[in-house]
Amino acid sequence: MIKKIGRPIFLGLVLAFMYVPVLMLIVYSFTDATHIGAIRGFSLHNYVTLFTTRDLVDMIVGTILLAIGSSVLATVLGTLGAIGAFYSGRKRRAFTESLNQIPVINADVVTGFSICILLVVVLGIAKDSYVPLVVGHVTLGAPFVYLSVIPRLKQMDPSLYEAALDLGATPRTALRKIIIPQILPGIISGFMLSVTLSLDDYFIATYTKPATFDTISTYVVNATKGAQTHIKTALWALTTVIFLLVVLIVIVMNVSAGRKEERSNEKVL
Amino acid sequence: MSDNIIELKNLSKTYKGGITAVSDFNLEIKRGEFVTLLGPSGCGKTTTLRMIAGFELPTGGEILLNGEDITKYPPHKRPINTVFQRYALFPHMNVYENIAFGLVQKKVPKDQIEKKVKKVLDLVDLEGFERRKISTLSGGQQQRIAIARALVNEPEILLLDEPLGALDLKMRKEMQLELKAMHKELGITFIYVTHDQEEALTMSDKIVVISEGKIQQIGTPEDIYNEPKNAFVADFIGESNIFNGVMTGHLKVRFCGAQFDCVDDIPEGTHITAVVRPEDVIMTAPEEGTIRGRVDSVIFKGIHYEITVVSGKNEMVIQSVHSATPGNTIGMKVDPDNIHVMIAEDNTNIFTAEINKNYNLEYNGSEIAADITGIIKGSRRLEDGSVADARGEIVDTEKVRIEVAIKPQDIVMTDEHESGIVDGYISNLIYKGDHYSYVIHTDLGQDFVVDDEYLWNMEDHVGLLMDPSKMKFRVKR
Repeated sequence: MIKKIGRPIFLGLVLAFMYVPVLMLIVYSFTDATHIGAIRGFSLHNYVTLFTTRDLVDMIVGTILLAIGSSVLATVLGTLGAIGAFYSGRKRRAFTESLNQIPVINADVVTGFSICILLVVVLGIAKDSYVPLVVGHVTLGAPFVYLSVIPRLKQMDPSLYEAALDLGATPRTALRKIIIPQILPGIISGFMLSVTLSLDDYFIATYTKPATFDTISTYVVNATKGAQTHIKTALWALTTVIFLLVVLIVIVMNVSAGRKEERSNEKVL
Repeated sequence: MSDNIIELKNLSKTYKGGITAVSDFNLEIKRGEFVTLLGPSGCGKTTTLRMIAGFELPTGGEILLNGEDITKYPPHKRPINTVFQRYALFPHMNVYENIAFGLVQKKVPKDQIEKKVKKVLDLVDLEGFERRKISTLSGGQQQRIAIARALVNEPEILLLDEPLGALDLKMRKEMQLELKAMHKELGITFIYVTHDQEEALTMSDKIVVISEGKIQQIGTPEDIYNEPKNAFVADFIGESNIFNGVMTGHLKVRFCGAQFDCVDDIPEGTHITAVVRPEDVIMTAPEEGTIRGRVDSVIFKGIHYEITVVSGKNEMVIQSVHSATPGNTIGMKVDPDNIHVMIAEDNTNIFTAEINKNYNLEYNGSEIAADITGIIKGSRRLEDGSVADARGEIVDTEKVRIEVAIKPQDIVMTDEHESGIVDGYISNLIYKGDHYSYVIHTDLGQDFVVDDEYLWNMEDHVGLLMDPSKMKFRVKR
């Protein structure tokens, strides 16, 4: 009896902890309230501010461009690294594997700070060149790309590569036409992970970004400290938009995965 | 130009860990031949194939293709194609794209590719399969596509690495005949790797028997079957009765406790291995046979009976269309033509010992002072005196036998015939320069060869003393 009631209650509590704060912001984003508390009436002015304030739009577009750009670089590097490590000797592979783990485990503050020291202070590269920021985000994403590509390589039948060479393909063609298509799902999930990490990042960006540029994370932190109320409330609208987008993406992904499974089940039958 | 399409010269491969997979491999293959590399798993046959394909570089020797050294060429520069053990079809491509892959690499015009793919699909009996996905094909169909994908490139040599291993028995038999027919039709040189001796005998023009990285014998299927060069080949190809024996005269050989006529002219006194195929043993009335024995078991195998006969300490397996009754005594004889005599690699005496109730080694009723736990791997002696094997199960004294090997110079003869492990009469003696080589015939049907520098007389009754520390043991199941 206790189990029967307890289970949904427990689950409900967990979900509430996760979603009530977000839901609160969503609700407030549709009001004209200036702070969390009294609600006077329904309003869309937060959304108007969000999409018309030049500053905010630039910041959002900049963040997305940074995420995609650095993830493309991270994906190329991570994939090549994984393939290289996979086909080299056991010792070299183990060495690469452990080196790859360090940025994954290391705190982002440390990574961000050390990149800042090395590139900006020691090598004298200006933060305004965006190089330290991009390098930081590539460092953030590449190890995860590596980690999602390696299992696909391990699963792959090793004779596929040999078969391609046997049929007259050069190693380069075999890589392009056989290996890459085989590990593509791993590459894509590595890319997605890298995009998410870049969007999420705060620490690396604070240490490496140009003074005039802000990502969503750094902007939100600054804005909540500042006094501009209409910007603060516009961020509630931004939260809502991001949340709904994520929900939409997750639903689409689940539905399409379900369909694929059904199709492969049919094949078995 | 010679008619050898490919020559392997002193080819060897040693891995970094020091393991030698192939050593001093010499092989010549003629254009259009169907050659099979046959051997147990881990014997180096696949490594050899991979070196021919270019996937592995030999650590010594060279590979000549049409007289040209291709040892260091990468795989894509060799006019050789491979059919892989697990097919290695590209899963993200359909049948057409898989087969066309090689031709696309060679930049063959598209209309020609289409024609060739269609033709090769006809050849493997899969017309109209062009658009099918690989995952929708059965194992047998995937196998045919893999063969088609290799053949469409019109290679000079086709390598096949146990290509039928993953198929069921019926399909395998079918594909064997089809492959053979394809070989005849196309005239391409086939190099086929298998551990299945029947497959090798069915399909090949030439068989290369390999063991532990070395060629044991090269020959036609008939040669290999009828004239095996050594005990390994005889044992690996087909079923055989293998006995240790001694040459006792001109074209006379003694094994299994009796003297047989044979056709191999080997000097008297040489220690030999005699091979008799089960189907060559003729069952007779007890008094007409060269040897007699008691029928131990009879198994019906469909086209023949498999009859096991115990004669003294020896066991003879017979295949015959006639049955026998277990427990009966029968006679057996073998046509001289059907006794294959090989010179034993060394003159080592090999006999089979039993494990007695005290879990000690016993031969002819006397214990051999050797520790069984040192012979059976991973075994240990329990508190009650019995011996458990590596899996913790008590060793079955009825079933487990230990093969004992001892060199002729390690056996000492004594006049006190009671004191030896076994006693017998000297039935043969030859002077070998600095010592005499004696053959001692025992009542057990086992002959021992003993080297001694002193002269004994024929028909002397002697006991044989053997030092257990000089014996080598092997578990026999």
